[in-house]
Amino acid sequence: MTTIASTQIRARRSNFLRDVMSVAERALRSIPRDVEGVIPALVIPVFFFVVNVGALQDQTEQFMEVDYKAFQLPVAILFAVTGISRAITVVTDIQSGYFDKLSLTPVNRLGMLIGFTVADFALVVALTVPVIILGLAVGVRFESGPVGLLVFVLMGGAWGLAFAGLPYAIALKTGNPVAVNSSFLLFFPFMFLTTVFVPMEALTGWLATVAVYNPVTYLLDGLRSLITVGWDSEALLKAIGAIAGVGAVSYTLALMALRSRARRR
Amino acid sequence: MEHLDGDPDANGYAVSASGLAKRFGNVDAVKGVDLALSKGEIYGFLGPNGAGKTTVVRMLTTLLVPTSGAATVAGYDVTREGQQVRLHVGAALQDAALDNKQTGRELLRLQGRLYGLRGREINQRLSELAALIDIGDAIDRLIGTYSGGMKRRLDLAAARVHNPEVLFLDEPTTGLDPISRNRVWEEVRRINRQLGVTIFLTTQYLEEADALADRVGIINEGELVAEGTPADLKRSVGLDVIVARVDGSVDAAIERLNAIEGVQQVDAYESELSVSVANGASLVSAVALALNECGVSVHELTLRTPTLDDVFLQVTGARLQEDAPQDVGENQL
Repeated sequence: MTTIASTQIRARRSNFLRDVMSVAERALRSIPRDVEGVIPALVIPVFFFVVNVGALQDQTEQFMEVDYKAFQLPVAILFAVTGISRAITVVTDIQSGYFDKLSLTPVNRLGMLIGFTVADFALVVALTVPVIILGLAVGVRFESGPVGLLVFVLMGGAWGLAFAGLPYAIALKTGNPVAVNSSFLLFFPFMFLTTVFVPMEALTGWLATVAVYNPVTYLLDGLRSLITVGWDSEALLKAIGAIAGVGAVSYTLALMALRSRARRR
Repeated sequence: MEHLDGDPDANGYAVSASGLAKRFGNVDAVKGVDLALSKGEIYGFLGPNGAGKTTVVRMLTTLLVPTSGAATVAGYDVTREGQQVRLHVGAALQDAALDNKQTGRELLRLQGRLYGLRGREINQRLSELAALIDIGDAIDRLIGTYSGGMKRRLDLAAARVHNPEVLFLDEPTTGLDPISRNRVWEEVRRINRQLGVTIFLTTQYLEEADALADRVGIINEGELVAEGTPADLKRSVGLDVIVARVDGSVDAAIERLNAIEGVQQVDAYESELSVSVANGASLVSAVALALNECGVSVHELTLRTPTLDDVFLQVTGARLQEDAPQDVGENQL
């Protein structure tokens, strides 16, 4: 084996995928080292599932033909994954100056952003597991079968990732932990001005109008279809479109903020 | 000497700047700085807090876009060829900016990967740098457990993973104890002498610039106010400096001191008078007598060789460090 002279080792442009993986490895390593930040995200969706079903199941099923546990499981999944991100660690990096150290390297800026979010995807997928187990334990069954269950989890994870672009954009734009924590407020219009408690046909007035324009409505429809209908391509395509639309907006904002942050004027 | 061969530099300088300026809102942080650093030089960029040192470094390392002016680093334009600049420079920024939740080894490995090094190259550099920074088994501990000195040395190693041609060190010893400071100095000298790396070092410590730099640029309020070798700069003040700490009005004393034959310049800062002279020993008594005749009460009279702080006082009218360590050759009278 030949060893090259150390002084001949020089920086060179890496490739996009390697940049993503390098940044992602660091982000993934940080999750178990910061486990206290994950615990609330495990508890909240289970809590909402139990409370919503306990409070509204009898009343809703009395007036509508709906399995309310199956109706609520996607809601619990979205509660588990929406707004969960490691954007606050970006703020920590900015405040400590480590972000500048990363920016001094020739790393691809989009690759860096995607690398941050790989850990988020792993995290949100992991967060769906206890909710799925709870749902199956109380009798929810997937008409689309095990593959549908897998698609259900992946779509939940993809939504979590799409939404995470917003806190990243705020983190990169402001470098302020309070602003990032406040981004949780975005969760409420997305999650509550939609078919979170009752089906679309039961909504009236302004709430029905807003729900039509809320992408979460179509995401919930798609997720629910996997449980109650099977493979409803129209519902699934609309759900995927909702994820893609929100993701396109959020990551465009995040990338603009990243470029501005990495090279300030 | 084992030199690094970089890309050919268009203007022959490792770092050059012309009219480099940065404005933040209504504040001119840097007001048209000109620089020309030869390859293999250690350039000390000396100035007080807020003088604009870090802003210049951030523009030269592509972290900030200049408001006006131009600069090249390793032959590449910092505005138009940022990616090339980043491939050829390393930087240890202020306060050892590291990730406390990684181990030292993880951080160095990540740096290597982001600079495009291959696995075997990273392992080679890691073993070399780990030996140099001498932090032992701590390299596998979380950085959050490191002392300030260990963090600085790790930061310096991280800036060098890819063998940069130009190394920017932004106040690398601020806050360190004297032993840790000396270790950083030794490493800076070794990098420069053995590898021929050009080093742009900002500091607010006079003795650091004096001990390490081939040339020193003094920056104050965003302007480069003096530049030269430490010896030349000090020579510009005079061969000797007589420093008098006094009570009472110094205005009359300044006039009287200036009238003494052999006095080159008199600077006053608060209750201190600095008298630059060619031959201090022969003029101490004349200075003491003149002060006495002016009715000024002298607490302390010191004869010493000039320091960079005297240079700073001469060009800005203020002291850089009020508690600056005394230079060699000082005699208290």
